Amino acid sequence: MTGVTVAVPLTASGRVRPLAWVGQTLTMAWRSLVAVRHNPLELVDYSVTPIMFVFLFTYVLGGQMAGSTDAYLMYALPGIIVQNTLFMTVYTAMALNTDLTKGVFDRLRSLPIARSAPLIGRITADLAKHVWAMLLMIGIGLLTGFRITGGFGGFLLGAVLLVVFAAAASWSAVLIGMLAGDAEKVQAFSFTVIFPITFTSSAFVVDTMPGWLQAWSDVNPVTHLSDAYRGLLVGGPVAEPALWSLLWAVGTAAVFGPLAMRAYRSKA
Amino acid sequence: MTYAIQAEGLVKRFKETEALAGVDLAARTGSVLGLLGPNGAGKTTAVRIFATLLPPDGGRASVAGHDVVGEAAAVRALIGLTGQYAAVDENLTGTENLLLIGRLLGMSRRDARARARELLDRFRLADSAGRAAKTFSGGMRRRLDLAASLVGRPSILFLDEPTTGLDPRSRGELWDMLRALVADGTTALLTTQYLNEADVLADDIVVVDRGRVIARGTPDELKSEVGGQVLEVRPLAPGDITAAHGLVTEAAGPGTRIEGEVITAPVNDPELMPAVVRGLDRAGIRVGELALRRSSLDEVFLALTGHRAEPEDSGGAAEDDGGRDASEPEEAVSSP
Repeated sequence: MTGVTVAVPLTASGRVRPLAWVGQTLTMAWRSLVAVRHNPLELVDYSVTPIMFVFLFTYVLGGQMAGSTDAYLMYALPGIIVQNTLFMTVYTAMALNTDLTKGVFDRLRSLPIARSAPLIGRITADLAKHVWAMLLMIGIGLLTGFRITGGFGGFLLGAVLLVVFAAAASWSAVLIGMLAGDAEKVQAFSFTVIFPITFTSSAFVVDTMPGWLQAWSDVNPVTHLSDAYRGLLVGGPVAEPALWSLLWAVGTAAVFGPLAMRAYRSKA
Repeated sequence: MTYAIQAEGLVKRFKETEALAGVDLAARTGSVLGLLGPNGAGKTTAVRIFATLLPPDGGRASVAGHDVVGEAAAVRALIGLTGQYAAVDENLTGTENLLLIGRLLGMSRRDARARARELLDRFRLADSAGRAAKTFSGGMRRRLDLAASLVGRPSILFLDEPTTGLDPRSRGELWDMLRALVADGTTALLTTQYLNEADVLADDIVVVDRGRVIARGTPDELKSEVGGQVLEVRPLAPGDITAAHGLVTEAAGPGTRIEGEVITAPVNDPELMPAVVRGLDRAGIRVGELALRRSSLDEVFLALTGHRAEPEDSGGAAEDDGGRDASEPEEAVSSP
């Protein structure tokens, strides 16, 4: 015996103290991040895929679309980053689903900790990964001819907008993660939804779309977010698309948040 | 008398199936209660209710006097849970898995590290502590899972089929570890499909089938109730089987049967074995195999319920070997 005592972080009524909640959530976030060390493939998901996106759109498709690769990069890089952000929410869903199906949540739930700590911890860690991927893609962009003409303020506000949107989208990911039977179904379902939404936005190109598709593209949340992020990084209208992006974020969180929490509480 | 674990009239329904149909059970503080039954009997459901993972539809369950529904937080502060499926994070190392639990329980980084090291040593995982758990063997994962359930020094432990799917050696190792734990005064609820596992580890056994308790008692009471041991005789020459069957029937009475090349007889009298040996020797029948074994779970079920323990869906445990290894010979005697 080493004389270690466990200070059970509960108040007399059985509720978790706020400070203990923060500690538990950070511990769960630590767990998600430290796992990357032993699972290098996950790092590939978060790093190599974004880099490939940048190269694919710039060198393979870009020259055809905007006349020169540089010009297309200036237009498309913000959209590519937005697309990647949405794709990455799938990993949140898959990781939660794995915890659910492998019994990790059973173990966590049998501990005297806040019910929400595993969930919020995972989302927190994944938002850090979002920031990492965003920085990586901007870095690659800068090396291949992208210029941030919106200044440091634009860059920072853009990052905030992206993280807010990612956090909102994470709630739909949580719901899918809780409801799907296994991680493969999570992936199949999520990409089936996310692919069309991103490619029918203004992220890459609008001009060549038929009228009905352009009409959809105009209200597509990915369009608003891409336009706002592009405006912040390289100039252009910001206020209106940013407002729409935030409204979409609030709406997504308002609809999927409660559904996701309900599914989480009944399952995990 | 104080009960660390107690259930009264526990009911749980999943759509149309009644997983638990009014189960009463109780474990004295410091004892091990074995919950014995086939797949689908309701064992896991009962454990999940006690571990506050599942609310009961009827009846009451309490742990150390705390109601599992009304005082779930108090229950969680006292218990450890080791599930049927090793619930460790495969992407974390052995050490990190234990650190995670320690930190969640509010230990300082230093204390959590010390506790992790202590448990890894105790469960012979120190050499692999720095490797991701996905590289562990099945036995190592179970040991890590057990270690994870002990980080907070729980006084009450729930072990849901801790050895299902393990090879005999790993199973034996885990038994030794569980026995050491219980010797320290931990109260445990152990579910198992194996009669000999309950026999080795439990002070009291509750046998469940289809959500109902069909028998309860100490291992000895239960075994004598259902017929205790079985004698198996296999003559060396198959042609001798009729003569040998006659001899065994003479000594053991009705209930003696021929199953393939083996004669089986229920053993109610300790004198039976020597009597059979003498009889066979006198008749000059050479014996290839003579064994005394405990009744298998199948036989217990047959005796208790009148039907065989049929494997039912309990969520993926279909690959285990049922009650088969409970019928391994306990005392084999070489041919006379």
